[in-house]
Amino acid sequence: MATANPTVPSAGPLLGSRSFLSKLKDGDEIARLITFLFAASVVLITVLLVYELWMNSVLPRHKFGLSFFVTQVWDPVMDQFGALPFIYGTVVTSAVALLIAIPLGIGASIFLAELAPPRISDTLQFFIDLLAAVPSVIYGVLGIFIVVPLMRTVIYPALNKPFGYLPIFKGPSYGVGFLTAGIVLAIMVIPYIISVSREVLLSVPRDQREAALALGSTRWESTWKVVVPFARTGIMGSIFLALARALGETMAVTMVIGNSPKISASLFAPGYSIAAVIANEFTEATGDLYLQALIELGLVLFLLTFVLNGLARLLIVVTTQKGSGKGNQ
Amino acid sequence: MQASSKPGPSVHITPTAGVTGAKEHAAPAPMRMTISKVNFYYGSKQILFDVNMGIADKRVTALIGPSGCGKSTLLRTLNRMHETVTTSRLEGEILLDQQNILSQDVTALRRRVGMVFQRPNPFPKSIFENVAYGPRINGFKGPIADVVEKSLRHAALWEEVKDHLHKSAYELSGGQQQRLCIARALAVEPEVLLLDEPCSALDPISTAKIEELLVDLKNLTTIAIVTHNMQQAARVSDFTAFLLTGQLVEFSPTPQLFTTPGDPKTEAYITGRFG
Amino acid sequence: MSARLRWRKFLSNFMLTMTGVCAFVSVAILFLILGYLVFNGGKSINWAFFTKLPKPVGETGGGMANAIVGSAKLLLASSLFGVPIGFLGGIYLAEFSGAGVASVVRYAADLLNGVPSIVIGIFAYSIAVLPFKHFSTLAGAFALGLMMIPITLRSTEEFLGAVPRMLREGAMALGASKWKTITTVIVPAAYRGILTAILLALARVAGETAPLLFTALGNLYWSHGWGQPTASLPVMIYTYAQSPYEDWHRQAWAAGLVLLGLILIINILARTILSRGIAVPRG
Repeated sequence: MATANPTVPSAGPLLGSRSFLSKLKDGDEIARLITFLFAASVVLITVLLVYELWMNSVLPRHKFGLSFFVTQVWDPVMDQFGALPFIYGTVVTSAVALLIAIPLGIGASIFLAELAPPRISDTLQFFIDLLAAVPSVIYGVLGIFIVVPLMRTVIYPALNKPFGYLPIFKGPSYGVGFLTAGIVLAIMVIPYIISVSREVLLSVPRDQREAALALGSTRWESTWKVVVPFARTGIMGSIFLALARALGETMAVTMVIGNSPKISASLFAPGYSIAAVIANEFTEATGDLYLQALIELGLVLFLLTFVLNGLARLLIVVTTQKGSGKGNQ
Repeated sequence: MQASSKPGPSVHITPTAGVTGAKEHAAPAPMRMTISKVNFYYGSKQILFDVNMGIADKRVTALIGPSGCGKSTLLRTLNRMHETVTTSRLEGEILLDQQNILSQDVTALRRRVGMVFQRPNPFPKSIFENVAYGPRINGFKGPIADVVEKSLRHAALWEEVKDHLHKSAYELSGGQQQRLCIARALAVEPEVLLLDEPCSALDPISTAKIEELLVDLKNLTTIAIVTHNMQQAARVSDFTAFLLTGQLVEFSPTPQLFTTPGDPKTEAYITGRFG
Repeated sequence: MSARLRWRKFLSNFMLTMTGVCAFVSVAILFLILGYLVFNGGKSINWAFFTKLPKPVGETGGGMANAIVGSAKLLLASSLFGVPIGFLGGIYLAEFSGAGVASVVRYAADLLNGVPSIVIGIFAYSIAVLPFKHFSTLAGAFALGLMMIPITLRSTEEFLGAVPRMLREGAMALGASKWKTITTVIVPAAYRGILTAILLALARVAGETAPLLFTALGNLYWSHGWGQPTASLPVMIYTYAQSPYEDWHRQAWAAGLVLLGLILIINILARTILSRGIAVPRG
């Protein structure tokens, strides 16, 4: 609102036709500058984060290079660090989680989007959103006191007796392990699959379903063969999102995976995940190489979730755009 | 099939030359579907009031009327599509070949009474798969490719797509997509084909193509078409039903309705259009 | 009806029922969780829980007073750090910036949002613990604040952007400067949505454990000021649940109930505010 003061000696036009100083007297310019600084700080923080991860993992990167990713040994005493057991554990638990969560989640989202009347659908979605708000550590508590005993008393006998000859079901169970962690993770990621899939299913144009019904399809056929395929990209996106969540999940997994840096074929065996080993050993790490090896693991985790989240977002955007009209002209 | 001359003030609409059933003494064609005492409600709001008419076998019947008159609603009752809205309620009787469609299995009914929608809505599949969908789910055992070709020919689309059958349906133009939807509907060999303003989203050339198509199709299947375009109704149909605020005002052979309408309201509607 | 049609109809009814089962199971899990917490935690909540400090290992009794205060301090400090950055940054995106800068900032925020919380902990460690050579409440607040930034930023931008043109133009036509328009018209119009987002962000970080493991660490006693390590509810739950002591297990359930209760209340509150207020901008 201030007008340029003609008696202020101009320091030369720095930003446009008025001098920087006189512009600064203008409230709007100050506001712009200040808010810009805050916005810029977000970018700065993010860049700094990547930078710190990179710089603080220099020792193991130079010492082990790419073999870090394929070495099984994790021996702090001998200064030997290999990421393979943790990558294995992270992948296995996430895979188990998805195997359980995908059918349940997609099934539930179909119910919410296609069958349930809007009020019920919204109410149930509200509860699902609350489920997503439950903190990880509480899932861990439930994992320890409910899933672990359940594993020992019900699930292990049910799977091991009939199928114990299969490598994945071999061996004893201590309650904790890959399968337990996978089950807990599944419960944690189901809400993500449900909310996103429900939304993309709801965005499928009505007349796709009607066209299928008008050809003499049953309700299930119209849903499964037409509506769901129409939304398949977005549903894939929800799965990637769930996977990204599962990979980075720390507390619940740490509490039920058994914390053993070993690779085993059996789902009942204890294992370790990237996030879990960082959580458990970071404050105990003696020596720079040890600490930096853990940080390098953090870098790996960061990169994995970065790629997955990016893909997920792309897929979800593409589907909801498709539903809003592009497909019909 | 020639299209009528361009609309303008005081044009005289000539009925289609293909109407064989509607002679001066109007021998009634047999009715494939009969609509008796139909009242229709969305919740507590009544949309259709005591509608009584028929859909003549192997003829084109047009439903016309101003926006909101209930013509689309009426059309959708004929294959029970209204049931996708939970608050809808239908009273009365609708017969297909003398049997009440309301007491039959709805999935089986919809195979017999097909529908083409206002906006083209092909499935996110290839052209081939779109047409093959209907026969496949109904358990068709023979060579699917033959059925697909036959349907695409009937829809006057075969020549344009025969070398591209595995391309996505979305690569077709709007008019082609609508013809694809017609082919898709024809693939299950329906006894009646319902078209709900099939050309309203299309350009004039595509519209003309589809109108030509419809006149040929009636040899294959009985047709009922909703249209807001009176010239289209006059060009294409054998019988016309005029609806106003949910009531059937007049139902006559097309030439008669457009030249000597029985009801003053009908006359007002059709002359209002042409000025 | 043919046999094939009968089968198709049967399959349709069966599969659709199964989807209902899936939905039921998913929602039932929530109630199961709540049920267990209320049942197991409820019996262990007593006055001592809220007022006493933890007893040494092995002794029974004791409470989590320091953890409760610690969590409160952490939440307060993290909001003071994260919310202004997100809020003012969001104002910049919505009101001042060009499209290019905006997409860079948004991208950075989304990236930050997707970083696993343990990695946030590592980052906070290297920035706020390492240089000072000790763990502290502030370091923990820094880590949690980082997690609040993206949610606050995106929501501020979204809700400000949803304020109708007419409102803005009305103010500017009266001679108000851009900043005045923002503070007196636009922000008040969007405050419900922004407040909701802040509450949801708070609820999210209230339960976070991983970022605190190497920043605020833990403390068996009161933490004085902001420079000392502090106990917090999530970390206590984590420690106690994994211990072999029955008494600590009880307390872990109680703490879990308190924590979840808090988080759910904030969530429900936030969503109610939102649904009663200005329409949520879609897409």
